Amino acid sequence: MTASFKSPAEPKLNNLDLAPSSEPGISGDLLEVAMGPHHPSTHGVFRMDIVLDGERVIRLKPVFGYLHRNHEKIAENITYIASMPYTDRLDYICSLTNNWAYALAVEKLVGLEVPERAEYLRIILGELTRFQNHASTIGFLIQEMGASGTPLMYAFREREKILDLFESLTGSRMMCNYMRFGGCRVDPSAEWLDQVRKVVAGLPAFTDEIDRLLTSNEILMARTQGIGILPPDLAVNAGITGPMLRASGVNYDIRKIDSYGIYNRFTFRVPLGERGDVYDRYMIRLLEMRESIRILEQALKNVPGGPIVDPKSKIRGFRPKPGEAYGRIEAPKGELGFYLISDGGPNPYRYRVRPPSLVNLTILEDMCLGAAVADVVIIFGSVDIVLGEVDR
Amino acid sequence: MKTIEEIKAAIEAAVPGAGVEVVVNPSPCAQHSLRLDPDSALAVARFLRDDPELALDFLSNVTGVDWPDREISEKVKVARTVAKTVDGVEQQVEETVDEIRKRVEPGCLEAVYHLYSVVRKHGPVVIRMRTGNRTDRVELPSLTPVWRSGEFQEREIFDLFGIVFNGHPDLRRILMWDNFKDHPMRRDYVEPDDYEYEPTAHDAVLAKAQAHRAAAQAGAKGQEGAGAAQ
Repeated sequence: MTASFKSPAEPKLNNLDLAPSSEPGISGDLLEVAMGPHHPSTHGVFRMDIVLDGERVIRLKPVFGYLHRNHEKIAENITYIASMPYTDRLDYICSLTNNWAYALAVEKLVGLEVPERAEYLRIILGELTRFQNHASTIGFLIQEMGASGTPLMYAFREREKILDLFESLTGSRMMCNYMRFGGCRVDPSAEWLDQVRKVVAGLPAFTDEIDRLLTSNEILMARTQGIGILPPDLAVNAGITGPMLRASGVNYDIRKIDSYGIYNRFTFRVPLGERGDVYDRYMIRLLEMRESIRILEQALKNVPGGPIVDPKSKIRGFRPKPGEAYGRIEAPKGELGFYLISDGGPNPYRYRVRPPSLVNLTILEDMCLGAAVADVVIIFGSVDIVLGEVDR
Repeated sequence: MKTIEEIKAAIEAAVPGAGVEVVVNPSPCAQHSLRLDPDSALAVARFLRDDPELALDFLSNVTGVDWPDREISEKVKVARTVAKTVDGVEQQVEETVDEIRKRVEPGCLEAVYHLYSVVRKHGPVVIRMRTGNRTDRVELPSLTPVWRSGEFQEREIFDLFGIVFNGHPDLRRILMWDNFKDHPMRRDYVEPDDYEYEPTAHDAVLAKAQAHRAAAQAGAKGQEGAGAAQ
């Protein structure tokens, strides 16, 4: 069953009057199931109100807000730089790309130039973040299919090495708080860069290992192929971004389109899917990991010296002139954007996060309609969300 | 990509009577925007999406902004006659003085849309709409029928700012719970001072709760008094 664009007027959940089952030869009632908020597959506190006809999903409504703390309101009441550590807590798997997106938006608002060395560091840290995010997403996805342990532990073993790098540079494994407006916070030593080279040299072997272990695995193929299909026109219309969009065959990677930072200096390909099913989404992540390694290898070859922060950038008395700016990057989960309006004060007048995780859930129902309830778990897992970012 | 002025001209050519206004953004990124008239916004949005040259098929971001009533004080030169003693003789003298005049600029709620084109790989084009005021004329047309990515984001604005999007397929609160009153992202939102209710309040929370109770009682008495006077 392919999903189609639904325009208005959905019957409400509680209007279901004992409709007859569509399964031939079986009579029965529809069953309403609240999946979550404390369901192990929901990656946090998230609920799906599902209506089942036997084993088939006929309605699915996501319910949000369990982790809502009004991040945007907090940011309007503190200075610009004080929001930087808060952005770590959005998508807590990828704090460095969150930092980057926010720094980019402020740089657009103020007009700061990022020094060469800082651009290289951002690329290196951003791609390491993408690699570990995709690795753990694949791990979780396979875990949700019932392969308890092995793939996830393999992924976490590799992620651990990357988190160690983050820790030795920024002081924290997950809440890195590393980027600054117009640059980065601390200058890494030559030893740290050597350490990164060593870790990156080991990544292709890991990717091959995952590839050999999973890609042609019969159970994985049986569970994921043809499941949760997302047609490309719907994907674009619903604002889907990141690996989800590219798995549907739409060539749209913000690293190529906007070439923010210095991405235009590196050669890498944008992997595209054909069918837009769960298997394609798995495959795209694996291929993107390989491209990340390529970018890392190129970037690590010649990290230039020099300052790591724009001398015009200041921490104290930072008051951007009135105006607004929207900055976006290709975060591992999709387009992460920050929209800022300044009224000339020390705090942003309006601070908006464009969360890829939330927008990517728009079509969750369309992908799940007609699927078996067991497939909902893996379709949802293939979206790759973090609730810290969905609920903000 | 077309400049903002060219896009404005294209819209006006395609949708007659569309009140489009360019809003200049003074920041270095120069992302200027177009303010649409809510009445024709849906037609303009369809044009922006379907026009082969613009092809803005991807709605990235929807933002709500609250602009409360603003008190503006201006210095005005006023001419007036005053009695003055000049050379020992009292005279009526004309003079101009500075006077500070205050006026209130009415506030509104605003929805800002960031559009990109996946086909043509350009953007952003920023469009915005304003409500009539912040209290009873808070309706805007929903652009979700044109770009579905607005579905959750417009719901979020409805929830946190209180803009009612007409034509939205499923306009409910999304982040706050259904029984929640008020809209937390508004600038003048005051958090209820007893929302941190706990059975054994102590310290700051206790002080806050006591102050709240005292204020509530005083308020009740005040109301009774007012009722009696009437």
